[in-house]
Amino acid sequence: MTPETAPRPETPAETAAPVIRARDLSLTFQTGDGPVHALKDVTLDIAKGDFVSFIGPSGCGKTTFLRVLADLEQPTAGSVTVNGVTPEQARRARAYGYVFQAAGLYPWRTIGGNIRLPLEIMGISRAEQASRVARVLEMVELDGFERKYPWQLSGGMQQRASIARALAFDADILLMDEPFGALDEIVRDHLNEQLLALWARTGKTIAFVTHSIPEAVYLSTRIVVMSPRPGRISDVIESPLPRERPLDIRDTPEFIEIAHRVREGLRAGHEDV
Amino acid sequence: MSDVTAAGAGVGRSAATGWIGRRVVALGPVLAVVAGILAIWYAAVPPMNIHWAASRAARADVAVSVPEGQSIRSAGAWALVLRNPGLIPATYTQDKPRLPAPHQVAAELWSTTAGPPVTSNKSLIHHASITLGATLLGFVFGALGGLLLAVGIVYNRVMDASVMPWAIASQTIPILALAPMIVVVLNSIGVTGLVPKAVIAAYLSFFPVVVGMVKGLRSPSAIQSDLLHTYNANGWQGFWKLRLPAAMPFLFPSLKVGIAASLVGAIIAELPTGAQGGLGARLLSGSYYGQTIQIWSALFAAAILAAVLVGIVGAIQTATLKRMGFGR
Ligand SMILES: Nc1ncnc2c1ncn2[C@@H]1O[C@H](COP(=O)(O)OP(=O)(O)OP(=O)(O)O)[C@@H](O)[C@H]1O
Ligand SMILES: [Mg+2]
Repeated sequence: MTPETAPRPETPAETAAPVIRARDLSLTFQTGDGPVHALKDVTLDIAKGDFVSFIGPSGCGKTTFLRVLADLEQPTAGSVTVNGVTPEQARRARAYGYVFQAAGLYPWRTIGGNIRLPLEIMGISRAEQASRVARVLEMVELDGFERKYPWQLSGGMQQRASIARALAFDADILLMDEPFGALDEIVRDHLNEQLLALWARTGKTIAFVTHSIPEAVYLSTRIVVMSPRPGRISDVIESPLPRERPLDIRDTPEFIEIAHRVREGLRAGHEDV
Repeated sequence: MSDVTAAGAGVGRSAATGWIGRRVVALGPVLAVVAGILAIWYAAVPPMNIHWAASRAARADVAVSVPEGQSIRSAGAWALVLRNPGLIPATYTQDKPRLPAPHQVAAELWSTTAGPPVTSNKSLIHHASITLGATLLGFVFGALGGLLLAVGIVYNRVMDASVMPWAIASQTIPILALAPMIVVVLNSIGVTGLVPKAVIAAYLSFFPVVVGMVKGLRSPSAIQSDLLHTYNANGWQGFWKLRLPAAMPFLFPSLKVGIAASLVGAIIAELPTGAQGGLGARLLSGSYYGQTIQIWSALFAAAILAAVLVGIVGAIQTATLKRMGFGR
């Protein structure tokens, strides 16, 4: 047992095979205006229990990288494994939950019905469905909204519902594409705390896309800074912050120091262009 | 306590007047259009029927004024009307007018629906129900066929490329030319009565359902279907849990068009068969014997029937979409 306050504990899992392993991964979209190099030679390992944030200007391939991991996009070169197998096999094994950039709720299903969708598809019993729906709704603080329809909720609440939907089937990997982008600062802080608590409690491996430097620094064990055209990794920053992170850690010198480094990395990426 | 009830009553009252107010606003333009159509219709009756009224008057030795050097036959309709205003009332009461007046049609509609027993050959309800039977049977098969074709088109690449052009081509053939052929062919193999009419009704009603459902089944967004992909959902689940419910808002407008087309098909199918009953038979016998009032009342019966059918589909639409939670 390593103490929670130790700087980035070396768990045995980290020395084992990485959960996500990308080698020289490239993806070029063929469009009408010629090829778009969304990803170029991306090499990255994500260990079990890591919380990795991806940050970078719009169009640098953050969403594309997550979609490759989720078998929603096929790389044009290089290799990638998830849990040691191909993304397709990982998807078939339902290894990950994916939170999309937009909520993507089904308008004909209630909030509860939307969260039940993956559970129905995975053949989970009705009783178990009900208890899981109640649990994840509470987690994102939407209890009481189970019977409401998506159009009756604000955009932020819809996004929280989509997070609840991804949490409902309890996959070991969470792929989250700007899940809190549409939320106000206070709710965002709160959900950040909740997400950290969930991560600490469950030991999930999380890949998290964001445009917010403080959010990336607050949440992550590692921050991947990307730059566009072609989309590539320009810096990987290991966080020295402890795993236990109260909100006011954001005022400590260490925090500000990392945030500074991330900002420098982003700037460098912009200057390249 | 009394304050509360008073306030409650006030809310109730204003809500009620608000509802009535909205109804009046919605009804106002409709009534204005109806009034305008009636006015034009009434104005058109004298010139349409004046020739017959004038020759009848002439035979009865009533003086009819015609323009210099012209006969009643060659005189213009408006000239006759303006020169013989005394003949105008007679244009509204003829037995076989070229253009019957609205009240004549209304009276005929009333006497043929409320008068004879519904089983009688004189009852318009009897004829309407015969047409309705063929319409509904054809609609059910047309809609189901359209639905299956749409599913095939959406799920099968070959069908996608091959079926749609044929479906479109099928609708460009004039139904008036095709209907007698279908009826004759079916009659020759011993299929008569309801079925040939339903076949033509189905032929007209499947197309809007195909078009609407193809669009509806393809309406889910990329995120909505990517989501199912990440759950490793199978094709059935994709159909039942995503494509079909997403298509519902597209289905009902197609069904409305389809059921109206089905009615048209059933009526047209009644024309060539020399059918004993049905609104189409009524139209045909009316035109054989110059019974214009009968023709017009059959036309109105068909229009009312279409409005009722479309209205029923609309009510089912509202109820279904509301139950499914499609907001506003
Ligand atoms: N399906 C596609 N077809 C063609 N080009 C695409 C496709 N998807 C993404 N791209 C291009 O790939 C590049 C990377 O896109 P991606 O969505 O991964 O960016 P992102 O980093 O997520 O941006 P944002 O922060 O705005 O979400 C962009 O230039 C985009 O235009
Ligand atoms: Mg993105």
